[in-house]
Parts: sequence; C-alpha cells; structure tokens
Amino acid sequence: MARDLLLRGGTIVDPSQGIERIGDVLLRDGLVADCGGNIGSPDGAEIVDCTGLIVAPGFIDVHVHLREPGREDVETVATGAHSAAAGGFTAVCAMPNTKPVTDNQATVGFVKRQGETAGLARVYPYGAISVAQKGETLAELGEMVGAGAVAFSDDGKPVESAHLMRTALEYARAFNVPIAEHCEDMTLARGGSMNEGVMSARLGLKGIPAEAEEIYVIRDILLAKRTGGHIHLCHLSTKGSVELVRWGKERGVNVTAEVCSHHISLTEDAVDGYNTNAKMNPPLRTQADIDALQEGLKDGTIDLLVTDHAPHHYDEKEREFADAPNGIVGLETALGINCTYLLHRGVLSLSALVDAMSCKPAKVFHLPGGTLARGALGDVSVFDPARRWTVDAAKFKSKGRNTPYGGAEVTGQARITIVGGRVVHRAAD
Amino acid sequence: MGGALGKDLLGLEYLTAEQITLVLDTAVPFREISERQIKKVPTLRGMTIVNLFFEPSTRTRISFEFAEKRLSADTVNVASSGSSVSKGETLVDTARNLEAMKIDMVVIRHPASGAARFLAERIESKVINAGDGTHEHPTQGLLDLLTLRDRLGGLAGKRICIVGDVLHSRVARSNIFGLLTMGAEVAVCGPRSLLPNAIDEMGVTVFDRVEAAIEWADALNVLRLQLERMQAGYIPSQREYNRVFGVTRARLDRAPRDLLILHPGPMNRGVEIDSDVADGPHSVILQQVTNGVAVRMAALYLLAGGRPELAEAAKRGVA
Repeated sequence: MARDLLLRGGTIVDPSQGIERIGDVLLRDGLVADCGGNIGSPDGAEIVDCTGLIVAPGFIDVHVHLREPGREDVETVATGAHSAAAGGFTAVCAMPNTKPVTDNQATVGFVKRQGETAGLARVYPYGAISVAQKGETLAELGEMVGAGAVAFSDDGKPVESAHLMRTALEYARAFNVPIAEHCEDMTLARGGSMNEGVMSARLGLKGIPAEAEEIYVIRDILLAKRTGGHIHLCHLSTKGSVELVRWGKERGVNVTAEVCSHHISLTEDAVDGYNTNAKMNPPLRTQADIDALQEGLKDGTIDLLVTDHAPHHYDEKEREFADAPNGIVGLETALGINCTYLLHRGVLSLSALVDAMSCKPAKVFHLPGGTLARGALGDVSVFDPARRWTVDAAKFKSKGRNTPYGGAEVTGQARITIVGGRVVHRAAD
Repeated sequence: MGGALGKDLLGLEYLTAEQITLVLDTAVPFREISERQIKKVPTLRGMTIVNLFFEPSTRTRISFEFAEKRLSADTVNVASSGSSVSKGETLVDTARNLEAMKIDMVVIRHPASGAARFLAERIESKVINAGDGTHEHPTQGLLDLLTLRDRLGGLAGKRICIVGDVLHSRVARSNIFGLLTMGAEVAVCGPRSLLPNAIDEMGVTVFDRVEAAIEWADALNVLRLQLERMQAGYIPSQREYNRVFGVTRARLDRAPRDLLILHPGPMNRGVEIDSDVADGPHSVILQQVTNGVAVRMAALYLLAGGRPELAEAAKRGVA
C-alpha cells in the first residue's frame, strides 16, 4: 500500500463543498481521507508543502484528441495523458475521431486500457454517435457505455441529419450520458478556413460565418427540448451561440456548453500572416465574441472550460493555410491562459475558475472527481495562479508543438498533479 | 539586403505610397526599352530567376518572362498543373530544392492564398507574388495603377470602381489596397454573393447596381467572371450576369463623363464586358498589358537592389 500523502498548508479551493481556506488535504488509499483545517502529521505520511499554492480538485478536460489508435506518430494516449498531467489535469475525455473510429466497444475498451496502462491522468473514452462518424447509422451506444464510454460525439463532424441527432438524444437517455455536438452547418462552412469577417476578406481566405455554428446550436437545443435528452455543445465560439444557449437554459432545456481557452483569449487577428497555428475549427472569432463567451462563463450559461487539444505533425501545419489541418495543442497552456485571461482580469474568481475546470466537467459528464470531499477520488491539482512563465512548445510533454502561444508570457502554472493519491507531475522548478 | 521594397514583393497591402510611387516611376523609363528594336539591357545579367507556376497562366507568365529576359536575367520556368500537394511534394520542399541550385529570385503563382508569403518566409531568395489564391496579385495591381495614373493624370482623389467577382479576385484586393494607399476613392460593384461580406470595413463604397457605379466613377476595372462561379451557385447564369452587371455601351452612353475601362484579362466578351466597350476608344486594356512588362521590370530591378535613380542609366544600358 502506498504511503499517505498530506498536502499541507495550501489554500484549498473546492467549490463543490463551498471551501476556500488555508488547510490540509490527506490522501489515503487513492481517496481523500480528510480535507479542511490543520490535519497534523499522520504516521508515515509523505508531506507535500503547498504553502502559497492553490489546492483544488483535479482539473478535468472533457474535450481532447489523443489520436490513438491510428496516429500514434502525432500523439498517443500515454503522451496525451502525460501532457494532461503536466497541465494540471487529472482526467481527460478522449474524442472518438481516431483511425479506426472509436465507434464500438472494442475500441472504447482499448482506449480506456491504454489510459490505465499509462497511469497518468485518467482517460475516459468518448464513443462515436454514428458508425464510422458517417452520420448515417446510430452506433452501439449501450455496448460502448458498458466498455467505459462516458459520452458520445461525432466531433470533427456535425451530425447532419436532424433525425439521427434526435434519435441519439432519445436513445442515450437510458444510459444517462451526454450527446456532444460539433456545431457546424457544412453547407455554409465548407471550404472555409477562418472566421468570416474583415480579416478573411483581407487575406483572401474563405470564411466560416458565425451562423454556421449557431444554426446547429439552436437546432440541437430544440431537439433536446423535444426529446428531454442531454445535449452538450462543444467548443462554442460566437456571441450568438451564447445567446441561444441562454435562451435554452431559461426554458429548462437539458443543454450544457463548453468553451476552449483559445476562444476566450485570441481573436481572428492571430491568423494574420497565414499563421497555421491559429487555424482551428471553430475558428478564432472577434473581440465581441470573446466578451460574450467570457460573460457566458461568468453567468453560468457556459458550463465549463476545455482545450480541444488537437496535436498535429509539424509537417502538416507547415504548409499553405487552406491546406493545413485544424487544431492546436492546449493541455499544457490552458491553466496559464485561463488564469491570465479570466482570473487575473476579474472575469472569474478562483473558485469559479476551479468550478469551470473541475467541478462542472465532473457534474456534466457524470464523472467521479471534481470534489475534495471525504471519500472522493484522490485527484488533486496544486497550482500557483501567480507564477509567470513563458510558453516553450519544445518543452511540451505532448508530441504536438502546434500552439499559437509559443513565446507568450502567461501567469498561472500547474505545480503538482495528483491522480488517485499518487503524484504524476511535479513542476521542474 | 533588399532595396527600397524590402526582400520580397508579396502584396500592395504591405507597401507605402512612397514605395508604390517608386515602382511606378521606375517603370516609366523601363517601358521605353520595350519600344526599341533591341529590347534588352544587361541590368540583371548573371541573375537566376525561377518562374514557379502552380496554376495555369499565359499572360502573367509571359509578361514576367519578357521582363526578365529584357533585363538579361537567366530564367527557368517550372509549371505544374496541379498544386504542390497533389504532386506529393510540399511547397517548402520544392522551394528548398530550387534554392539548393543557387537561385536569386522566385516568381510564384499558386492557388493558395498566402503561398507567396509562406515561401518568402522560408527561403533566402527574393520572392515576387504573381498571384496567390484569392489574396493578391501585386504586379497586376501596380500595372493597373500605372495605367490609371498615366491616363487620369494622377491617382489621389480619382474614383475607381472595381466591377465583378471581388470575393474571389486577387486583382481586386491588390487594386483596393494600392488605390486606397495612393489616396484614390475606391468602390466595388457586383452581386452581393460575389462581394466579401465585410467589404464595407475595407474602406470602399459598395454599389449594388452597375448604373450607379458608372455614374460615380472616373474609371472601371472590370473583373473576369469565372465559369466556376455559376457551377458553385454564386449567380444564376452568365446571361443574367450580363443583363444586370455587364459593362455595356448602352450603360456607358448614359455616363456623365468618359470612363476609362480596364480589364485584367482574359476577357469573357459578352459576359462582364461587351466587345464594343472592350474595343472602344476609352478602353486601356492593351495599354495595361504593355505596362505590365514595364512594371515587372521595375519590380525585378528594385528587388534586385537596383537604385531608383539609376533606372534611367539602366535604360541606357550602362548600369
């Protein structure tokens, strides 16, 4: 049996229990044994000095691409889980757009096992909504839940058929798992490679209008309203989407929503010069969109923060803009970006930030964790919100180097990441 | 290294009014070289230039080739009907291989917006953009500016309207950036489905009807209507396009003043422009082609580090 771990003297921030105070957390047998005031020194416990640091329930990123099986040259479950741990995440949900697609119980089981073997951040697999993500036939959701899938998505592709989406929302109710949608009307967006606006007009690139996202946002909210199913809207990027989700929540629709760290920090201006590391889908939008997304996080319209961590090979990004793939890596920069753009600018309090990165993801996806209550999983993120550091992609644990933040100075860093009572990451200095 | 223009010529958006004026002024003496019986000066002797064309092009490629040859450069044409990607070799590999052969300059035409800049940032050689996707075509913009300046007696305060498929036109963008920098008033006219949604934010006026544009303008730059646009559903038919947006004699006859007519070519006679307009007294379409060689000679000369005040001497063949 591993030694007890005593996290001593940090500021415990746990919105699930309404705690924000200096105190100790004791981890025993992989679980939280105690959380609160001065716990003393249990016999044989390893003591970790957390003075001056925040001790929070482990961060959970419900939207990452780990590329395994299929593109192990770009990322594996193990390197992705390592990257997650280095960024303060104790769990991630891996999207199913792998090769082959994670649309069956065998592949779901494989991804889950790879995560367990790595023994770093926990890895919860998504299953595909439709067979091969083709948008035609409903995949075997029940079998995949049995194998460990925690949610379903055809992410990367929208579910074009409203009938299929309706069916998925209805069918998934039996398993109490969310259906997560990549909102994009391809008939509007096809061929587009950045936000449609003055920047796309200048650069001569085909734009993706905000409405391509919003049309699917309202369609899916209406389908969730009809069916009572749980729709989770992935990586929202526009002001209009926030307003539509607010409309849905006001009417009691079972809708939840996420936003990526890059969509609350960067505008389309980052694309100027044809920077392929600022190319993602949905694309970077405008300051008005950022303001609305931040406001949505603040008032709870948007439930949680994600990264949409999407590693790509260097060669794939090193090409003409329109031909480069979408996506950036995010696990190791997210906390720094979120602290810099949300915490230090007064958009979110410390406890609201922890809520959006830990408690809410656990709650929305019905995952263990997201709390330091006695008996909960011993998953803890210890971080320093005031620590300044410069992003250096060469030091990433991820195989991906495709970040628009290279060289940026951010404030806020993961210091110690603990999964099941075991330290899986400790910052180098 | 670069002279007055910097290392590369990627777009008119990145040039100042002084730089644009410099190219136009330098083109004037070079224009005379093409008028001579022996159309050659030794200015770029010993310099190696690769014309790298990833898209079919006749006019621009030949114009560059004449400009290079009349300046005595050694040139190689590399043409690829498909893109670099379909060839299997990446653009950056193609460029590095060329550079390993010790070249001085690359003239690139490519179907992807940003391709010229991408190349320029990755090789030591100077790069001239001969058209990148739907982004810019700076030498076309410069030759349009030279033609307009010659015929209108200047650019500041003049009213130029670009008519047609602005959304997909690199010529339109180079014209908009260059003309605005030179203090001209710029308008665009065409079906809204072929104008960028955010066109108003680019500092231009928008005319929905070509009649209104004709009433306003000193000159029209009429863009070619690509056949693909009908197939992609941007407009219903060529016939209707001509009926609504065509630059016709009947429409021009109602103009309050004589309008200069430009067209970057190749023309679809009877679609965006009627033959009697294209061949009419106010058409400067062939003057554009002549100016094209001169402007490209000027651009090559200036990028190669030639000093503007020596252009006259270069013309005499002593520089």
